[in-house]
Amino acid sequence: MSGRSTESIRPLSSATCELCHIRKPSLRRPKTGQKICQPCFFHVFETEIHNTITSANLFFRGERVAIGASGGKDSTVLAHVLKVLNERYDYGVGFVLLSIDEGIKGYRDDSLKTVKRNKDQYAMPLEIVSYKELYDDWSMDDIVAQIGNRNNCTYCGVFRRQALDRGAQKLGIKHVVTGHNADDMAETVLMNLLRGDTARLDRCTEIVTQSTDSPVKRSKPLKYAYEKEIVLYAHYKKLDYFSTECVYSPEAFRGTARALIKNLETVRPSAIIDIIRSGETFTLERKRGTVATKLGTCERCGYISSNRICKACVLLEGLNAGRAAVQVNGSEYEPHEGAALHKRLEHLSF
Amino acid sequence: MAVPLTVEFSGGLEALFNNERSINLSLESRDGSENSPTITDLVVYLCEKVMMDKRRELFVIDGYHVRPGVLVLINDADWELVGEENYVIQPGDEILFASTLHGG
Ligand SMILES: [Zn+2]
Ligand SMILES: [Zn+2]
Repeated sequence: MSGRSTESIRPLSSATCELCHIRKPSLRRPKTGQKICQPCFFHVFETEIHNTITSANLFFRGERVAIGASGGKDSTVLAHVLKVLNERYDYGVGFVLLSIDEGIKGYRDDSLKTVKRNKDQYAMPLEIVSYKELYDDWSMDDIVAQIGNRNNCTYCGVFRRQALDRGAQKLGIKHVVTGHNADDMAETVLMNLLRGDTARLDRCTEIVTQSTDSPVKRSKPLKYAYEKEIVLYAHYKKLDYFSTECVYSPEAFRGTARALIKNLETVRPSAIIDIIRSGETFTLERKRGTVATKLGTCERCGYISSNRICKACVLLEGLNAGRAAVQVNGSEYEPHEGAALHKRLEHLSF
Repeated sequence: MAVPLTVEFSGGLEALFNNERSINLSLESRDGSENSPTITDLVVYLCEKVMMDKRRELFVIDGYHVRPGVLVLINDADWELVGEENYVIQPGDEILFASTLHGG
């Protein structure tokens, strides 16, 4: 309401920044519609992230926190802003860059080079953990060569999530921050809604998540930061980041949800934050008799899991069986989906 | 009247334009009039004359509208400040198309 009344007083195209009233505006904020200059933009962008951090009590003094660093725009902006805020507000947090080398030729090779430069630019230690070290010598390229292109995001998702946690554990770190932004959050809310995934729907907007199968806490300091502003921040600050799509393309459904979010943003820029707010406000009633899953450890790898065998080990089992099958048969073996792979393996005898 | 300008691509969009990050053009209005060209004139030109890639939908939707999620900066300022597609291009302008749609 107050925004509306100010707008009617002010001339339609304000020649100066709406915050400092001195400099020329450089952008229009999607969240508020304000036209602001670069220095004011840096200030509000950083301050909002600081407010997100303090109102959620995200860090404590002396804490060691790993930044999940892919070399992409989101994690690069996250690392940069966390360094700025840690110094400006004296959080007293020790940040470490943590990167996963999935073993995707031409993709991670280049993005890891970016992360290595970030290490010097932000004066943060860097730890790189490879799939090969973590998953029985399987790189993502090996996995795709075996299962085909269809279902590899299932593998990428499960393996990548555990890899960050396992890498953090290796460093004795219990908290990983990731670069998920407001657009990602809104997209996740929509996807859970469209899929009827009520178990995830009312938790997916939480800033801190501790999933049942991980001893490591996850948080998302950029959850209210619009992608548009992240890209502009990186651009105006001339941050060094890498921007090529992962060659193993994401699931079509996620792409569709993303396009929908972007179209909504064009018509109504506040839609992104509104969807997140809706997600935050949902409280879903649990059916009686739902038993909380009991935490145990994976029989194979000892990793914390709500099942007898953790997801990563189930997937690995399929992969290893496939590798054995190829060796036994000595013939070409080309299943296209994980499920199909399991099915066919049931009929094989070794 | 032909107007000289520089076009830049980033965020993965360069892949649609022969991996060129920057190109210099001299552009006229589509209707052949003496009017200076607009961003729409530029987008049509880029689609019809420059883009070799078939995946046009990564750049434009519904004809020649810049796809939501592609940021446009005109002389480093958000195009939303200056009329978006209707902005009249001035000689020497630098126009950046940056995709935000690629991995974080
Ligand atoms: Zn200002
Ligand atoms: Zn396991």
